[in-house]
Amino acid sequence: MPHASEMMAVNTLKEICVRAVFLYIVLSCSAEALKPAKEPAEARLPQHVNATFLVRSVTEEVSYLAKQGAAYAAQGVAHVQRVGIIQATRDAWDVFRPGGQLHPQYLLEHKWNFIFEGVLLLVIAYMFLQHSGPKKKADKPLTEREIDELCDDWQPEPLFSHLTEAQKAYEPPVVSSPPGVIMTVNGKKAINMVSTNFLGVAGDPKIQAACRKTVEKYGIGSCGPRGFYGTIDVHLTLEERLAKFMGTEESIIYSYDLATVPSVLPAFANAKDVIVCDESVSYPIQNGCALSRAAIKKFRHNDMADLERTLQAIDREHRRLKKPLNRRFIVVEGIYAQSGHLAPLDEICKLKEKYKYRLVVDESLALGVLGQHGRGACEHWGLRPGDAEVVSASMGNALASVGGFCAGDREIVDHQRLSGLGYCFSASLPPFLATAAVGALDVLESQAAALLPALADNARLLRSRLAEVSGIQVEGGSREAVSPIVHVRLAEQSKGSAEAEAALQQVVSAALRKSGVLLSVNRMSKLDAVKGGPSIRMVVTAAHTEKHILKAVAALDAAVQSLTKPAGRGSHS
Amino acid sequence: MSHGSLQPPFFVSLATMASWAILFIMGHVRDLWRARYSSTKKGYAPVRQNYEDFYTRRMYYRIHDCWNRPICSAPDAHIQVMERTPVSGQKALTLTGRVKECLNLGSYNYLGFAAADEYCTPRVLDTMSSLGWAMCSSRMDAGTTPVHLELEKMVAEFVGKEAALTFGMGFATNSVILPALVGKGCLIISDSLNHASIVTGARGSGAKVKVFAHNDVEHLEVVLRRAIAEGQPRIHRPWKKILIVVEGIYSMEGEMANLAGIVALKKKYKAYLYLDEAHSIGALGRAGKGACEAQGVSPKDIDVMMGTFTKSFGSCGGYIAADRELIQHLKHWAPGHLYATSLAPPAAQQILSAIRLLRGEDGSDRGARKLAQLRQNSDYFRGRLLDMGCNVLGDWGSPVMPLMIFNPGKIAALSRLCWERGVALVVVGFPATPLQTARARICISAAHTRKDLDKALEVLDEVTDVTLTKYLPRKPLMNGVKMNGLVH
Repeated sequence: MPHASEMMAVNTLKEICVRAVFLYIVLSCSAEALKPAKEPAEARLPQHVNATFLVRSVTEEVSYLAKQGAAYAAQGVAHVQRVGIIQATRDAWDVFRPGGQLHPQYLLEHKWNFIFEGVLLLVIAYMFLQHSGPKKKADKPLTEREIDELCDDWQPEPLFSHLTEAQKAYEPPVVSSPPGVIMTVNGKKAINMVSTNFLGVAGDPKIQAACRKTVEKYGIGSCGPRGFYGTIDVHLTLEERLAKFMGTEESIIYSYDLATVPSVLPAFANAKDVIVCDESVSYPIQNGCALSRAAIKKFRHNDMADLERTLQAIDREHRRLKKPLNRRFIVVEGIYAQSGHLAPLDEICKLKEKYKYRLVVDESLALGVLGQHGRGACEHWGLRPGDAEVVSASMGNALASVGGFCAGDREIVDHQRLSGLGYCFSASLPPFLATAAVGALDVLESQAAALLPALADNARLLRSRLAEVSGIQVEGGSREAVSPIVHVRLAEQSKGSAEAEAALQQVVSAALRKSGVLLSVNRMSKLDAVKGGPSIRMVVTAAHTEKHILKAVAALDAAVQSLTKPAGRGSHS
Repeated sequence: MSHGSLQPPFFVSLATMASWAILFIMGHVRDLWRARYSSTKKGYAPVRQNYEDFYTRRMYYRIHDCWNRPICSAPDAHIQVMERTPVSGQKALTLTGRVKECLNLGSYNYLGFAAADEYCTPRVLDTMSSLGWAMCSSRMDAGTTPVHLELEKMVAEFVGKEAALTFGMGFATNSVILPALVGKGCLIISDSLNHASIVTGARGSGAKVKVFAHNDVEHLEVVLRRAIAEGQPRIHRPWKKILIVVEGIYSMEGEMANLAGIVALKKKYKAYLYLDEAHSIGALGRAGKGACEAQGVSPKDIDVMMGTFTKSFGSCGGYIAADRELIQHLKHWAPGHLYATSLAPPAAQQILSAIRLLRGEDGSDRGARKLAQLRQNSDYFRGRLLDMGCNVLGDWGSPVMPLMIFNPGKIAALSRLCWERGVALVVVGFPATPLQTARARICISAAHTRKDLDKALEVLDEVTDVTLTKYLPRKPLMNGVKMNGLVH
């Protein structure tokens, strides 16, 4: 295969030749057109044309032309010196103007004109042949035996990756009670600082009674997708209730949180569109972006100046390429799962209005947590329903069920009913889980005024107490005071994620063993693009009391201190 | 040849294309009159592009009453379907408040576990009392209960692998596990008729995807040989891994994968095999162990066995069963294990109890009877449909039987006529199938009685006569009698 620079050179040369040919043709034609009528030219071909004659004649002609050219050039220089530049220009025009001595017409009327034309024709023909690219030497196709050998040689990598010993050894805690504040973990009671049961509705007897009734009436599974008799009246009720709660026209439920955003984004964005997202969005959003095949631009985590720069850059690029108007989305999370940070939605909303973007907010961790009514981060930042065009959330957190939903205008939701892959091609949510979500919504609607401030107070308390613990770093600043997800890292955490994970796991195990407090290490999949390293994730709910929180912080403190100073104590004794 | 063909006869094909052409032209003519108002804000591109929306606007909305029919009962052999107002333009259909009882030929309730069950339901309710209904946490953090562990052990044992991992949704099991198995520099060789979840997973994985002709082992070999010989495109490095992905029963065709042939190839070319048993687990094989059992292939030869609990087990979620090392890898790689809410414990208990029942651990032969009943029902129904002259796809023993309609106009006709006669039928057309091959999909259940099946056959006989959808010659009750008797 020719080298790239060679190809460039060939292309440039080709272009020059083509231009020369066209220039020549244009000039010749114009000369022909301007030529005054005259008697038919005498036969131009000599009578005895043979190869030797032609070669000799052409050589003679070329040397003659060269000599003439040199003579003309010398004459020209002398002429300019003699009469001055203005007069010389006039004289030159006399020579080159139509009818002049050196007009291209001269070439046409010259007796060897046919040779020029022939050469030009050859050049054109050559270029036509060249047009399909440089000729490749076709390799001989592989023989069956060669393919057999290649197949024998080929050795695949194993399907699994090698894990560290600590990873192999890790067994998640086994829970044998509902995920309340006090939970049975590995057979013992422990304070639960892991489950995202923000409102404390999991295990609620009233909801449980409703779920039991649903199971008795409808069984467990729905045995079909929504389109094929898998739509059960409780689904319709839940969709209606969610839409009413979120203040949108409609809502659509998905049967799994990890399938919600990956179905929503590809339904609206395709290869021509643009998605701008925060660099530390959770895995489902990353997956949704990748599946949509849209152009993905990331901005620095919660950095509004960088977001604006990104939007401007996209705008400039779009104008420069004069592309048709496309769909543009900004995708953020209300509360980021991987850091517990809040997205500054008020500023994001201004930017999206300014640059004509649609806003997609994943409220998974903010629903039932933030805002006066618990509608999520949008409400917290004073956005009206509809300011964020697409709002999606998991039902596995505050609603203490399973699945996810998306709320928006009729247009947004209706489109997903045919284009949301996880909606069309999956069995619908088990009816009892829809009942559970409706029950949680009942609680949220009736007790928001009591539960939400309690939750916010608990979050503030946990964060303020953690700030006093030495040897750890707590994610989040003043904006995150009300965020009930707290990521904690060791102050001197090793860079390698495997070692850091092992150290954090030691802390978590010690807290459970010695103090009966369940914490968890936020482990990340290798498929996840978010950087930041592992952390300990603490979750506080409305049902925690001050005592629980103080005990949990004390347990963490003790575990961290025993991890960082075991050698010191040992050497003194 | 005991079954129909995916290819429409020539004149049917012509009529089908003509129907589409008329729909297409009429759609565009109507679009000319379509009010040019736009609710889209200035400066924004419409959220639904015109061409994306055309099918929905001009074709789907004409007959959208055939789908999404809500029900208010368990999806058992008989369902209570909620009546809706007839189609009127593009308006949403509203409930009239009336309810109609229909015979259910649509739900994936193969073994009849959809409704409350004397063995499973009490156990499910017990689990709900002790563990609640959802764990508000991922499996890796605090979402693992004893029921999950027991279920995973049971599933691994049931399908014949070392270990298993469960997830809360079948679709997502494919769409999030495939990226954890293969990535850049790997190749997925996928059957041309694989389910959307596999397509999504393959697309999300970043691996290169090649497709082989549906169930064509020879073509698979050609694709494999070429892929290995040529290596990765452009850089010509060898592939890191090659994963062949097939389904046990293809959900829209009812056909079984030729496992023996594929396993032989996979061994010869050192590729890995991923088998999606969404529809076959619990439905095929004497003990309900799926496609491997039905075809006499050892599960050891299949690297990754995936399946769902939505169908035969009447629950929700999916599993991956494989060697211990691979499952351990997935525990640290699979986003479904790390981030997603864990499978609801009552749903896990439902699956566990259903498998126990199939294995006869309840002390009765009810499980075995269900399996036998499903096989009998399926073959009886398939035989009778073929006798009638219906073009039915799929293999004997498969409870999924697509009845070919071909013509888009007949989709609604068939569905509405059946509905009027009290039979709930699932019809599928473009874009879920290619343009020419619209079909009705019948799912047979062990819960259907012979009387139910006969009623359904009577209705289908009449309806396919009216709609001229008997594309095969009528036979004198041969298959039906055969199936009635001792064969199978």
